[in-house]
Amino acid sequence: MAEKLLMIEHLNKSYDDLCVIKDMSLTVHKGEVVVVIGPSGCGKSTLLRCINGLEPVQGGRICLSGREIKHGSRDLPMLRQKIGMVFQSYELFPHLSIIDNITLAPLKVQKRKKEEVEEEALSLLDRVGLKDKARQYPRQLSGGQKQRAAIVRALCMHPEVMLFDEVTAALDPEMVREVLDVMLRLAQQGRTMIIVTHEMQFAKAVADRVIFVDNGEIIEEGKPAEFFKAPKTKRAARFLNIFEFSPVKAQN
Amino acid sequence: MNIEYMLKYLPLYEKAAVLTVTIGAEGILIAAAVGLLCAVVQYNRVPVLRQIAAVYIELSRNTPLLIQLFFIYYGLPKIGISTNPSVCGAVGLGFLGGSYMAEAIRSGLESIEPIQSESALSLGLKPYQVMRYIILPQAVSISMPAFMANIIFLLKETSVFSAISLMDLMFTAKDLIGLYYKTTESLFLLVIFYLIILLPVSLLGRLVERRLRYAGFGS
Repeated sequence: MAEKLLMIEHLNKSYDDLCVIKDMSLTVHKGEVVVVIGPSGCGKSTLLRCINGLEPVQGGRICLSGREIKHGSRDLPMLRQKIGMVFQSYELFPHLSIIDNITLAPLKVQKRKKEEVEEEALSLLDRVGLKDKARQYPRQLSGGQKQRAAIVRALCMHPEVMLFDEVTAALDPEMVREVLDVMLRLAQQGRTMIIVTHEMQFAKAVADRVIFVDNGEIIEEGKPAEFFKAPKTKRAARFLNIFEFSPVKAQN
Repeated sequence: MNIEYMLKYLPLYEKAAVLTVTIGAEGILIAAAVGLLCAVVQYNRVPVLRQIAAVYIELSRNTPLLIQLFFIYYGLPKIGISTNPSVCGAVGLGFLGGSYMAEAIRSGLESIEPIQSESALSLGLKPYQVMRYIILPQAVSISMPAFMANIIFLLKETSVFSAISLMDLMFTAKDLIGLYYKTTESLFLLVIFYLIILLPVSLLGRLVERRLRYAGFGS
């Protein structure tokens, strides 16, 4: 088994009295693609936010390569460079051109050379089909283009693990495809990724392991082939049923 | 109206206009700096400083500029700080304007969704870098219309400078009326000069606002 990259141990997270994540443990290995599915409000997004240190947690530990990720700690900016995050609402910076969006953090945080970073950014943009958009501003791009640019922005930091938080939930079907294709290629390259999604077909294709979360707990986990074909728990089966439709009119 | 009289005293008005604009500009610069500082302190909820900023803003917004000027002009020498009227004018205007600018910038800051910060933080930017590169540039352009309105408001407020014996436009007009009783001519010139100063600022404000509203970033 490959080395352990991300370890989550007995994580507890609540907002005031509302418990969002209950004693959750999860280990992600290098090069592994973990897909997290579950109903809305089950704590999937919160889990990603905790991994990025955006939320204070009430108990447990999250470690990346042995170093603890803790909300408000001093090494957090350093650790976050190793964790790329892509948001549902893209969150490109509207006042910066696409290329500036991508190069800002490598220049200001990693203090890399401008020529080198721009060259890398352009070649990454080329690979997702956006080279001609480099000098444009986010508002001039479609949703799918924005999301691909946001993925490039995260990639350009050379992260060790990438977090995707329902990145296609706000997109039209055609745009969903172009974004998912980019993610599939990243998986092929052997990147470590944690993906929260409602796209079941995509999950089946991309995942090494599927985690089903409900009410802040991991209810079931397994290989995608097994999980989608024959979920072991009733709750997961009921959830997967949502995505199936039977014909409502009698057919000859 | 006596044109000859108006032409004769035109140079006096010109001199006064320069003084009004100079001290006005200095005051506005102070106001912008103070405003920015207060807005950032309040937005980031910096303890202690935040309360100080809140007290300052209420004090500054809810007292007339004339009173503030008197305090600075007559009060400072009493605690051993000697100063001259033009410094008092600029500082007074800065004191008044700081709170208005703070509120303008703060509303801009609060209109930026917190997730923008989070997205910047997730890239490894330090909190001050997030403020400097992501939040402030967006907030300032959003608050530009309010900012421009404040500039016009502050330039008009300079008319109370005459009370601390600064020879601004208002002072000059009142002086000439007292000396020659040519009220109509003196006031006419006064209005003309205020318009010469303020109309371009107002037009500039329109331009900035239209650019932000219809074009936005990327045009």
